[in-house]
Parts: sequence; structure tokens; C-alpha cells
Amino acid sequence: MATKKAAGKNGASGLKPEQLVQFYRDMLLIRRFEERAGQLYGMGLIGGFCHLYIGQEAVVVGLQACAKPGDSVVTSYRDHGHMLACGMDPNGVMAELTGRAGGYSRGKGGSMHMFSREKGFYGGHGIVGAQVPIGAGLAFAHKYKNDGGLSFAYFGDGAANQGQVYESFNMAALWKLPVIFVCENNKYGMGTSVARASSSPDFARRGDAYGMKSMSVDGMSVMSVFEAGQEATAHVRAGHGPVLMEVHTYRYRGHSMSDPAKYRSKEELQKMREHHDPIDRLRAHLVDIKAMDDEGFRTLDKQIKDIVAASAEFAQTSPEPDPAELWTDILVAA
Amino acid sequence: MSIQILMPALSPTMTEGKLAKWLVKEGDKISSGKVLAEIETDKATMELEAVDEGTIGQILVKEGTEAVPVNQPIAVLLQDGESKAAIAPAAPKAATVAPAAAPKPVATVAPTTEPSYDKTKIQTVREALRDAMAEEMRADASVFLMGEEVAEYQGAYKISQGLLEEFGAKRVIDTPITEHGFAGIGVGAAFGGLKPIVEFMTFNFAMQAVDHIINSAAKTLYMSGGQMGCPIVFRGPNGAAARVAAQHSQCYASWYAHIPGLKVLAPWSAADAKGLLKAAIRDPNPIIFLENEILYGQSFQVPDDPNFVLPIGKAKVERAGDHVTIVAFSIMVGKALAAAEQLAKDGINAEVINLRTIRPLDTETILRSVQKTNRCVTVEEGWATCGVGSEIGAQIMEQAFDHLDAPVLRVAGKDVPMPYAANLEAMALPQAADIAAAAKAVMYRA
Repeated sequence: MATKKAAGKNGASGLKPEQLVQFYRDMLLIRRFEERAGQLYGMGLIGGFCHLYIGQEAVVVGLQACAKPGDSVVTSYRDHGHMLACGMDPNGVMAELTGRAGGYSRGKGGSMHMFSREKGFYGGHGIVGAQVPIGAGLAFAHKYKNDGGLSFAYFGDGAANQGQVYESFNMAALWKLPVIFVCENNKYGMGTSVARASSSPDFARRGDAYGMKSMSVDGMSVMSVFEAGQEATAHVRAGHGPVLMEVHTYRYRGHSMSDPAKYRSKEELQKMREHHDPIDRLRAHLVDIKAMDDEGFRTLDKQIKDIVAASAEFAQTSPEPDPAELWTDILVAA
Repeated sequence: MSIQILMPALSPTMTEGKLAKWLVKEGDKISSGKVLAEIETDKATMELEAVDEGTIGQILVKEGTEAVPVNQPIAVLLQDGESKAAIAPAAPKAATVAPAAAPKPVATVAPTTEPSYDKTKIQTVREALRDAMAEEMRADASVFLMGEEVAEYQGAYKISQGLLEEFGAKRVIDTPITEHGFAGIGVGAAFGGLKPIVEFMTFNFAMQAVDHIINSAAKTLYMSGGQMGCPIVFRGPNGAAARVAAQHSQCYASWYAHIPGLKVLAPWSAADAKGLLKAAIRDPNPIIFLENEILYGQSFQVPDDPNFVLPIGKAKVERAGDHVTIVAFSIMVGKALAAAEQLAKDGINAEVINLRTIRPLDTETILRSVQKTNRCVTVEEGWATCGVGSEIGAQIMEQAFDHLDAPVLRVAGKDVPMPYAANLEAMALPQAADIAAAAKAVMYRA
């Protein structure tokens, strides 16, 4: 079942130059946002756990470009990029990171727990793997309501060894639920490499056991991800049941802000950044096809920088939650 | 010598059953392994196979007979050479006895502030639960039931009988044996705008799913700043059944009652079961609905009114009294009422409170009672340590210390894993005599 896509294939995806520019813009926003979040963390303005998405931007940008209004998205605690890709307001995301009233969860969720029903983003879950059955459940609701929607359930290679992931695969395939399971294989579950954690490192093949359409995709190429996403969404929307998509990607930073990432070599990281960076690769392509000139890039960089600066400003000036908020949102008034 | 074929016990809690159908008739020669009859137990329809060979001499219990007690002779098997005449005088009398009397509805003695309903009917807890789900599913298309064996099997304990036929496979869904997974799918479906009822075959198996119940269902509303409600009911039998030992006999009331973001209900009577389950399904929050397997077959009066529903968070005074307060929930309410009858013979007038809801706890009703009686005994099947009784004791101490004439006593399950042996199991569980003894102790009576 597994259909392999050649790594690095930037094929003729039929994408218009303006769509590619949009991908570039969306990836750059995530990159700059995360860099700023890392900076605010270092300044003590963001507390607790903070897991950055730098390096993996092509995955969520390429896939969410295949989403339609009404679709659902759910992911793990490495969720800032997903929220931005879903169109959530950077101000609300950054203010949640700083634990302020203006945050998406009014300061009560933090980095790992943010949601937007309006944008179809259902979290932000802090328990490794728990979002996978939740994503299948969101798909169950789409099918039950027959609303034409589908669910994207993102998880990492670490979560890929959780039992509940396979419980979800089984039921999703059994009931033909409209869900795309996206395994973002960034090579490390916290500090443990895939080779040290997984008896079989080919995660895409794990869908075969459930008769699921399975795909293996170069996650450092936004165009490859987009093409795969088009194929996957078409399959799911046609009612053929779930898809398991393994996306090969890489995170540049540690697992969380407190991780020095001593478990991998500097050379390995350097190689990924220099030769496989999804943003640099797309930029080179945009130059090749003359989709944007230097002036255009400069203007775009400036726009992104301003958005991120504004979000950091908002996140520091938004007040802390009112003390009364301690006691709200525990139960819905019946 | 002819052999009597007896009504078999086909489940751990079965005390009687329906002889649904005879598959043999008098005069039929049978060999061992031959299916003789279909027996409806409290959980399922089972086939009764012949153990011995012979000829069916006489059928003693007609098909369709309800409530045939376990071990009652239902047929006589003739051995080679025996004639039917040989057994006529020996035909057991029990065979002609009318089916056992319908279980007596438990009288409710106490005054109650609930609206009264003119019409009532006798129902088992099992039927009341089924009706509650069916009525809410008729009223709201977003309500569905999922769990192991809930559809085609009609429920492992027959709670969902008839629901598949009425609502179809889209809304009554058999899951694989995969509690963690389907609890998570239920939570996701609730986030997605549906109102799932997730049945656990028993709450023992919900330990596999406890992360989704607590981390996903209970906490997300708070973590999302109020955006992400999770209207879901997790229901199933809780606590000890009968002779199923430690892994299948645990009360989880205090576990779930510990968690902000959950409501925890524990019905005793069929009326509780119906009124509270309807309220639970309508409630926009995650609900833990703790049933009891032994109560499933017990009958009670249930209001016969389409609008009947009970409030969550309100206890019920089942028996008024002014000497001592006994607070119980689920199956222990029946034991507390039995204890109260024993105590009455000694001139002690006990007030029995049926908690119905464990969280939020109706401390108001408890405190009002204790202010009157000045003494309190709590009863639960679970362990005492950090139990529901511990919480009630603490609440009384904090809020009614000056009203107490004696320390609050906890009657609880013994601090051991549940043993299998019948005598040890009975010792491990609170009995009416234990409750009566505790009530006397807080009254300083021997």
C-alpha cells in the first residue's frame, strides 16, 4: 500500500507562483514567530514547556494548504506552527505563551493547550499520542454529521509507539473515518532517536496492517507535502477511509527549550540546515522561476517581522488573567 | 433412575432467568451436547446443552416462563428402559409452582422535595437505563452510544437492549476491545459537536482509558479558556459484582470524584437510574455514571412521565429519622435501608441519605441532617482511604463540628483487593450488620 515519494521531489505540482509565495510567507511566519518565542522564553516571559517547530514548517504549511473550511486539526504540544497555519491570530498565540488574558485560552492553557473552534483547531494536547484518537473522534463527528469535513491528526515519531495510536488506526480504518494521520517524523522522540525507539523505523508501513492508504513524504519540501496532501485529501473526501502519511522532517531546536540536544551531532544539524531547509529551498525555487525578486523578499521579510514584533508586544502588554479566572471554565453551566 | 434437568446459573449474578424456548419435546431422545433450551439470563440469551443422555420424559416448566429460579428442575430425563409413568410421582412440586413473585418494589418511606409524579410503573434498573438512553436519543439526534457489545449483542449486561433495532448502526456502535482508543474517539466526537454515551463493559476497564477521561475530557474546558466543552457520558457498572475477584471488583467513585471538571453520578434505584441518566445525557459536561451490576435486575417504582428527570447534585433522603444519619450511594443505599430497619427494632430511628451525585457533593442535605441527628455514618463499597466517606467526614468536621456528638464513622470496603471466595468476599464488603453496628457505635449503644 505504501507509496513512496522520491525525497526532494519538487515536481510539477501545478502550483501557481502566487501559491508558492503564500507557502513561503506562511513558513517564514512560523520560523520568525518561533524564533521570537524562543527569545521571549529566554527572557523569562514564557514559562514551563515550550516546544518549537523550527525546521518542520513545510509539513503543516503544505498540508493545511489542502484543507477546506470546516475541516478539523489536532496535534501535540509542538503546536504553534499548526495554529498559525490554521490562520489563528499570532497575537493570541503569543499572548497565550506569556500567560496573558489576551491569549487563546485566556492564559489558562499555555504553549501546549490552545484551541480555536472558529478555525477548526482542536488543540494542542500535552499527552503524547492522546490527540490521535481525538482526531479520529473529530473525523467520526464529520462522518456522523455528513458535513463533508475531514480531520488532520498530527503526531510525532515518538507518539508513533503509543498503543492508542494503533487503536485509532484500527477503528478509523474499520469505520472508514475521514482522517489523515500525519506522522511528523523529526527523527527524535525527545532525546531518543527513531533507531533506538522503533523496531521498524518505516512508520508509513504501519498503516498497511490496517489496510490504510499509506504515504511516505519528504517533509523538507513544501511542494512534495502539498502534492501528497492533495492526494490524501482526495482519497479521504471520496469516502475511501483514512490515510497514514509519514512526513520526514527535522527539528532544529531541542525537544523543548530546556533541551541542549546533545544526542545528535552538530554536523547532522548543520547538514539539514544548509542543504534541506524548507524555507531556503522554496526561496531558491521562487528565484529560479522568477516568482519574486529581491525587493519582494525584502518587503515580505519586513511584513513578517512586523507581525511577529506586534505579537510579542501584545503578549507583553496584555494583562495577566483576572484572579477571578481561577474559578471559571471548570464546568459549563447546565 | 430419572435425572432432573435444573435451571442453570449462566452468569455470576444470575439468580433467576426466563425459559425462553424449548428446542426439544417430550419423547425426544437426546445425546450429550444437544441444545435443549434457550435461557434468558440477566445478561444474555444462552443455550442449555444436555450433559446426560436419555429421553425427555417430562417438561416441567413451559417455555416463556419468566423468573425461573436457578436450580429449579425444568425437565426430567429418562434413562434407558424407564417409562414416563415411573417419574410421575416423583415430579418435583416446584415445577408447577407459579414463577417466583415479581421482586417487591422497595418502599420509599421518606419525605422528598422532588416533584411527585402521579403515575409510576415498576421497572428494573436495567430497563430504566435503556429507556433513559432511548428517550434522549429520540429527542436529540446528536446523542449516540458506543462501546463493547452495545449493539448486536444488545449490551454485555443487556442495558442497550433494542437500541440497535430502533436507532440503527450509525447511532449504536459496537467498538473493538480498545477502551483507551474509543474513549479518545468519544472525546473527539464530543469536541466535534456530538453527545456520545460511552459504555464501559465495566469501570474496571476504564482504567485503560482514564487518561482521556481526565486529561482530555475533564480538563480541556479549563485549558481552552472555556471554548472546548466536552458533553459526554461515560457509563457502565462499577464496584463489586459477584465472585469476580479483585480486577473486576473495584469502586471508582472516589477516583473520579477527585477531579474538577467531572460530574460523578451513582444511582441506586431504577428511578435514580432513569432520572439521572437523562440529566447526564443532557448535561454539557463530562459525566461519570457509575452503575452497579447487582442492581441491574432489581425493580423499583419509576415515574411514568416523559418529563421525568432528576437534578444532578441533589441527594435524596430515602428514610427520615432523627437519631443518626447514614449516608450511602449506589448499592449501599439498599444495605443502609436494611440496616435502618434493624436499628428501628432497637428503637433507633436512622435517617438514610442516598447521595445520587458524588461530585458535586450535596453537602447541604448532609449537613442539614447531621444538624438534626448529630451523628453520622458513611457507607461505601470502595476503600476507606481517601474515599467518599473521608470527604464527607471532612466536610462535616469543617462545617458542622459543633453539631457532632460523636466522631463520624466510615463503613467501607476492607482494605484488601477483592477476594474470590464467597465467604471472604462477603467479609470484604460492607453489610447491613456492619452499618447497624457503626450506627450504634456513634450512638454509644452496644
